[in-house]
Amino acid sequence: MSSQSLAAVLFLLFVVATLAITFWASRQTKTAADYYAGGRSFSGVQNGLAIGGDYMSAASFLGIAGIIALSGYDGFLYSIGFLVAWLVALLLVAELMRNSGKFTMADVLAFRMSPRPVRTAAGVSTIVVSIVYLVAQMLGAGVLVGLLLGVTNPEGKAWTIVGVGILMIIYVVVGGMKGTTWVQIVKAVLLMGGATLITLLVLGKYGFNLSGLLGDAAAQSGKGDAFLEPGLKYGTEAQGLAGKLDLISLGLALVLGTAGLPHILIRFYTVPTAKDARKSVIWGIGIIGSFYLLTLVLGFGAAALVGGSTIAAQDKGGNTAAPLLAQKIGQEIFGDVGGTILLAVIAAVAFATILAVVAGLTLASSSSFAHDLYAHVFKRGNVTDKEEVVVARISAFVIGAVAIGLSILAQGQNVAFLVALAFAVAASGNLPAILYSLFWKDFNTAGAVSAIYGGLISAVVLVIFSPVVSGSATALFPDADFAWFPLSNPGLVSIPLGFLAGWAGTKLSKEYNAAKYAEIEVRALTGVGAEKASEH
Amino acid sequence: MATQQHDSSVYEQVQASERFQELKRHFRAWTFPMTAAFLSWYLLYVVLSGWARDFMGIKVLGNINVGLILGLLQFVSTFWIARAYSRHAEKKLDPIADEIRHEIEGRPE
Repeated sequence: MSSQSLAAVLFLLFVVATLAITFWASRQTKTAADYYAGGRSFSGVQNGLAIGGDYMSAASFLGIAGIIALSGYDGFLYSIGFLVAWLVALLLVAELMRNSGKFTMADVLAFRMSPRPVRTAAGVSTIVVSIVYLVAQMLGAGVLVGLLLGVTNPEGKAWTIVGVGILMIIYVVVGGMKGTTWVQIVKAVLLMGGATLITLLVLGKYGFNLSGLLGDAAAQSGKGDAFLEPGLKYGTEAQGLAGKLDLISLGLALVLGTAGLPHILIRFYTVPTAKDARKSVIWGIGIIGSFYLLTLVLGFGAAALVGGSTIAAQDKGGNTAAPLLAQKIGQEIFGDVGGTILLAVIAAVAFATILAVVAGLTLASSSSFAHDLYAHVFKRGNVTDKEEVVVARISAFVIGAVAIGLSILAQGQNVAFLVALAFAVAASGNLPAILYSLFWKDFNTAGAVSAIYGGLISAVVLVIFSPVVSGSATALFPDADFAWFPLSNPGLVSIPLGFLAGWAGTKLSKEYNAAKYAEIEVRALTGVGAEKASEH
Repeated sequence: MATQQHDSSVYEQVQASERFQELKRHFRAWTFPMTAAFLSWYLLYVVLSGWARDFMGIKVLGNINVGLILGLLQFVSTFWIARAYSRHAEKKLDPIADEIRHEIEGRPE
């Protein structure tokens, strides 16, 4: 059996198992709280695993291992931003949101502000961030299948995107948050298991001598010690000051974006109390941190054992470094059959990874559409639970279809910037609005609306006029040149702009409600009146 | 899943109470400086990676250089802060929060 067909079989097993869970979950999904928040009945540990499952995307697993394999140290730098970001979520956001919100990010903002404008802004931002991130992940799925299953024609890749999209829609529409959370948990366990196995095999080969592995990786890379130092990918000396500022800009978006990502924020609602939300983030940090330590070994291992030129020949971004390493180390230790099996395992894990992340994103954006835009903006709150859930399911279907369409259109384009853009928008628009509304008593409707639109628009506009869209050989439109913003990452400018816009909007409006602030502050810190777990 | 509705004035009274102010102080006095600290420490690390590459490249143990050690220390500090926060919350925040919550929820409507 070839590794392609074995990978397909393993992946089918994952699909069958997760679909079974999804249909089981659908029978337990009766109320809106069940659909949006899994009945708030997950334990801290379960939700911690699901946080890992939602967060460890293809960009984390294949992307970071690939950057390390090709550019060494700089890939490690990337993963650190992704990890430290969780402290913002733990210390400032998770528990307070659990106590003061219900189903979406906008719930917290709408608490003491005029609900319609605030929910509209938050809904728009949620849908933009989620779709940008969705397209990035689905294109990744297309590329991955192309590389691992030998599908090279655009039609084959398009069908892969359609297949991934249909599965993601089924998970969300049928299983709601309960089904999606279990998919995340299964995926997190598989991903950690697969990554740990390959890491142990690689370290075992080097007698658990990290220095030896690094030395080999540096020698194989042909770049010597520079491979173990910063500067081969981000802020290279050739790019000068702009390149280094770009590095800071990327770092800021990574560290501040996580606590503003809608699909991460709604995870805090799936547990019964704020204490469980805290526990789940701590577990999440443990799992995600351990995972990035594993990718460090995977990346340098791939550089040492497979070699950068082989990896780059298959994919310029290095996205197949981890699967190639699995094949190589399997071959060396267990012979050809071992190589085939390990490659298949890691390829199947990678598919599971993408599938779980896109399901989380679809759930977040469709929940926000149904709960914020439909129920509260269009219908002004005059809807039944049942009707809201029906709308949520329909919008999951529509958003999924839109994401499939956009991904097929974007095939073959250079869209590596999309993940960084999603983080930049989350950090520039959502984070200021959330932090101000939890901690600043003067904050009001005008402030929330200006923070979200200010951050969202400045991040998107700066990216449009940056070198990733035009004016360079690797741009989205390499033949056009309308770039005037020198950085590829907008965060350095758009994050301060988002905070500034929120402050200015607040100061320019006279709206202020002391009683409502007292209520949200007391509720956020003590958990009074927080939504309880639903009982079945 | 019924949420109890309280007269807003209850919340204003609680907000003004000594006990609640103590809870707020214990929360903010720990999390705000810690956030400033870990963000500065992270930015310092990124800035060193951009502007102090010779320093980051100094080898300390075999091929393990300063940059790698500082990066691994970011993991250590993140794990440590998460654990320290959990302890602080259990010791200083949860008891007061529980006390205030029970008191409000026990009040007659």
